[in-house]
Amino acid sequence: MEAQPDPENARAERTLPDPDTAREWLSTMTLIRRFEERAGEMYARAKVGGFLHLSIGEEAAIVGAARALRETDYLIATYRSHGHALARGTPPERVMAELFGRVDGCCKGRGGSMHMFDSQRRFMGGYGIVGGNLPIAAGIALSSDYRESDEVTLCVFGDGASNQGTFGETLNLAALWKLPVVFMVTNNQFGMGTSLKRHSAVTDLQRKGESLGVPGTRCDGMNVLDTQSVVGEAVERVRSERRPMLVEAITYRFRGHSMADPEEYRSKEEVTHWRERDPIPAFGALLEREGVVDAAERARIDKGAIARVDAAVEFAESSPFPEPGSLYDDVYVLDRQARGRYW
Amino acid sequence: MSELRYRDALNQALREELARDERVLLMGEDIGVFGGAFKVTAGLLEEFGEGRVRDTPISENTIVGMGVGAAMTGLRPVVELMTVNFALLAFDQIVNHAAHIHYMFGGQARVPLVVRMPQGAGHQLGPTHSHCLEAMFLHVPGLLVATPATAADAKGLLKSAIRDDNPVIFIEHESLYGVRGEVPEGEDRLVDFGHAAVRREGSDITIVGVSRMALTAERAAEGLVAEHGVQAEVIDPRTLRPLDLDTILASVAKTNRCVVVEEGWPHGGVGANLAALICEQAFDDLDAPVKRVSGADVPMPYSKPLEDIAYPHEPQVVRAALEVLGGVRA
Repeated sequence: MEAQPDPENARAERTLPDPDTAREWLSTMTLIRRFEERAGEMYARAKVGGFLHLSIGEEAAIVGAARALRETDYLIATYRSHGHALARGTPPERVMAELFGRVDGCCKGRGGSMHMFDSQRRFMGGYGIVGGNLPIAAGIALSSDYRESDEVTLCVFGDGASNQGTFGETLNLAALWKLPVVFMVTNNQFGMGTSLKRHSAVTDLQRKGESLGVPGTRCDGMNVLDTQSVVGEAVERVRSERRPMLVEAITYRFRGHSMADPEEYRSKEEVTHWRERDPIPAFGALLEREGVVDAAERARIDKGAIARVDAAVEFAESSPFPEPGSLYDDVYVLDRQARGRYW
Repeated sequence: MSELRYRDALNQALREELARDERVLLMGEDIGVFGGAFKVTAGLLEEFGEGRVRDTPISENTIVGMGVGAAMTGLRPVVELMTVNFALLAFDQIVNHAAHIHYMFGGQARVPLVVRMPQGAGHQLGPTHSHCLEAMFLHVPGLLVATPATAADAKGLLKSAIRDDNPVIFIEHESLYGVRGEVPEGEDRLVDFGHAAVRREGSDITIVGVSRMALTAERAAEGLVAEHGVQAEVIDPRTLRPLDLDTILASVAKTNRCVVVEEGWPHGGVGANLAALICEQAFDDLDAPVKRVSGADVPMPYSKPLEDIAYPHEPQVVRAALEVLGGVRA
């Protein structure tokens, strides 16, 4: 079994947030789950093309992280980031329309699944290059510092990205220049089809930035309470101390790397074991035990999520494809230097 | 007007733009305390401080990527790469990120980033330190590409680049840094992209010279008239994206013959692209195929006699022009 044991510093007894907040977390995780499931179905029906990387199983790591941030903080993620956009508040209509390649998608159909973006909500992408977002995150943090704000940038990437050259370069620079970045490693145990112990000499990823000057900590990425708490602590430390930190979130994706992945690199037993730690029923059951919701409310939340996803699909279906004449739009900012289309 | 060295013209541009807009900042290896590997940034750290003139570790891809992120969030960074050779390490951030972000995110984010770097051979620096890669940047939609050959253009184009909201690859030349030229005074004297300069008028043949080769072409033109009675029209495109093709086509309409001179490799080079464009747009104006003079299709050798024949000098340009003209003119 390749799965990691429970985090040694898992704090089981965390305080729940207030009831409205707790319900919101459950709703958002449920929305992400139902959205991702539907996106998979739409892909199988050829409504969505290219590559589709789903976050099913990772919802606690996503919502816990997003809810550790202020609205004025920045969140930047990877090619597996529909959930991050949704958690930041991007309407599911706009994300689904982007997947369908329609003109009302959040990126006008130019980016697709791997390149979501929502500038208004400070969701800064959406990147197809593994590790490509780390330097950009450091640049955003530099900008925050330069403008003398107390903004923090949360940079999400996977265990696989911790081996990319940008990991070493960016953590060194962030530590050297004391940049306000929280580097969050979403450790779902695999870089595509290669397990953690087959791709990283050091598997204790919370330690991987120490030699570069970035201290790390770990959270249970299947537990939204633990994730929000640990990431939240890191964000506030970074906000006040103005230097980077790393948080490793132990999580698991229940489906393949992408829709094209037959998952020959892991056993069905392993997946089943992790599905028993599904973050959404776990949190729902906790809230029910604590009297924040009852069974009927949980069912209503789920139905509500499905209804929102239905509406998103309807919106996406009825949004037009971009006109061929728009192919060259936005290659450049047209102004004094780039004045039109050139040969 | 004042007479300035190319490097000092660049220094002035950076100083003026740093003073004019507090969002401008510089990042690069040894640009601060050391004063810049080629002294382009000399004195700027002392004047503007270490918040705005930042010495970086040796991490080209990440330095450029940080420039991208900072540019996306309100700043106007100017990143210096020590030479174009090291830009190869940063190609992911230059192409997949800087050049693509505005398009792929549906226009939601701009990248007002300038990446400056010198290029060129001639100092026996050998294969990994002598590249001319403007063709690789010319290839990428989303980038603007400048190749100034004079001090005035260096200053005016750099100021334009910094004020523009597109990512700009600003290619200088190691052998041009010490060359003097007349530079108009005034902090708002900009040179716009997409306007080629006719360095010399003539009606017998058009010679387009890129970067340092614009000066080589001018000298070749002097030789052509003195020894062969050939009046060459020399054009310096100044920017490759956008390219002022109209000026080149107007010249070809007049001369009916064209030679393109570049220091980089021939295959897929600037000349290859320009020859295709001229062929497509002005085929009927041509009395001969467009001829390319380029760097040799080899890694740049160290040994001096080999290096000397591995990139173009005046005699090669003269010979090429005469070949296109089909012999010596009276």
